[in-house]
Amino acid sequence: MLERLPVLQRWVGDTRLLTGVYWGLAWGSLGLLGYWVMQLGLPIFREGWVGISWGFLAEEPLRSGRAGGIGSILLATAWIVGICLMTALPLSLGTAILFRQFQREAPRLIVLIRHCLDVLAGVPSIVFGLFGYAFFCQFMGLGFSILAGGLTLACMILPVMIRVLEESLAAVPLAYEWGAVSLGLSRVGILLNLLLPRALPGLIGAIIIGLGRAFAETAALLFTSGYVDRWPQSVMDSGRALSVHVYDLTMNVPGGERSAYASALALVLTLLIINTIALACLHILQRRTPANAALSLGRSR
Amino acid sequence: MKNGAGADAYCRDGFCVLPSRSFLEVQKLSVWYGERQVLKEVHASFSACSIVALIGPSGCGKTTFLSTLNRLTDLYPSCRVTGSIRMGDLSILEPKLDVRRLRKRVGMVFQKPNPFPLSIYRNIAWPLSEHQRLRKDEIAYRVELALRDVGLWEEVKDRLHHSALQLSGGQQQRLCIARCIALEPEVILLDEPCSALDPLATETIEGLLQKLRSRYHLMVVTHNLAQARRLADEVAVFWVVEGCGRLIENGPTERIFLDPIEPRTRAYVSGLIG
Repeated sequence: MLERLPVLQRWVGDTRLLTGVYWGLAWGSLGLLGYWVMQLGLPIFREGWVGISWGFLAEEPLRSGRAGGIGSILLATAWIVGICLMTALPLSLGTAILFRQFQREAPRLIVLIRHCLDVLAGVPSIVFGLFGYAFFCQFMGLGFSILAGGLTLACMILPVMIRVLEESLAAVPLAYEWGAVSLGLSRVGILLNLLLPRALPGLIGAIIIGLGRAFAETAALLFTSGYVDRWPQSVMDSGRALSVHVYDLTMNVPGGERSAYASALALVLTLLIINTIALACLHILQRRTPANAALSLGRSR
Repeated sequence: MKNGAGADAYCRDGFCVLPSRSFLEVQKLSVWYGERQVLKEVHASFSACSIVALIGPSGCGKTTFLSTLNRLTDLYPSCRVTGSIRMGDLSILEPKLDVRRLRKRVGMVFQKPNPFPLSIYRNIAWPLSEHQRLRKDEIAYRVELALRDVGLWEEVKDRLHHSALQLSGGQQQRLCIARCIALEPEVILLDEPCSALDPLATETIEGLLQKLRSRYHLMVVTHNLAQARRLADEVAVFWVVEGCGRLIENGPTERIFLDPIEPRTRAYVSGLIG
């Protein structure tokens, strides 16, 4: 054993070996990802591409979705996700800012709240669905409606969004804030000039994460926004989200596979387009503000 | 001494002789962080138009003293300050005081240069526009004036809208001073402004402080005794006594360095302790 040790040490100390292991893991996970894309993504693209067309995207579903399109469902989805983001963004941003302000004054309370948020972020979405049903649909009397669905989704994505925004605000060095305070600058000014511009990448990241979760959500919406597939007239109407539509077509509607594939493809494409737009915005913003571009330079010094 | 007012002002173990003209009078100033007392019963008065150097070993409350002067201690929730500080007609520790206006009158420059991650121009223009209603051209003029004052104008006039973080350490520190003097303060507090800089940048900053001394009261915390001697008209020596910081002696620079009253000051300035 003892005479073996130097060999072991040489093995462990050999950086080439470690590098090899890292590369192996990296390629392995890439391969796994590729396999999943092939297994899941390819059929969706192959089967979905046949069924998708401009008409399909614009029309109302007929015969429970066996025929017709997904126009009304796209509209309902947009409304649900829109309400969800419009509620969750200001709330999470405000919470993240308050967290930063009270970090020094009530550190224990902040740790407690943060812990609660982490637990909430891990709660299965069906639980949020039941909560939304009990609170928004029943208690607040919103019934099965797009509004109730959007608000429930907002509750669901809030914990994650708060954490992402909080991290991005925490990345702003305190020295900046001290400098600003020592010059007698107002809190609002500090927020607008120092904190928010720095938090912008985090904000866009939070939007992408929030959107992704909101679009993909099925369970929480089944109980809250319902699955009426007609054109929604107002936010108080029940509306069927795209993911709910895919679920319904595959599970409950015999002969709906073709539409299911096409709807799934529409869902994937929408997410791709939104993510691309958000990332492009981020890229443009980072190039336009001089400070952001220089941040990496400032760090490397 | 430029003005004789502070010549006979000194302070010893809480006993203080007031000079005829002083811009800053501190009485029975004590500061606690939570349970720990960091400054105990500081009495001092500083005469007008001078550079005051605060010296002493680490942890003796120099920086804390400096930050009470523009109420930055408010940022620490556990910090408690008692006593009184008068600056002209202003009672600084008054709870109802408009702190933002106080901080405009008493600016601060930190140990590590901390320009905002904005453009060079915005670094000065933002504080200006928040404190005063100014036209765009007035702001541009005041920005130029401040940059000229710190000798930065020629170096940066072609890249005013580039990020301030691209400047060198010494330039960043001068920008921080410019940002401060653009607000036309009465007092500028400098917390070891050169300790993060190389000797050449230090020389530039020292020259700048010499230039500014006729227009502002400057209070400089420094660990560098030679620097204190070079720059200051008055020196205040802080020391840790029984676990908390105290001002053990203050007075004209020459007297503190050549003929100190306190044995600890004598040992410190001659390099025997500290």
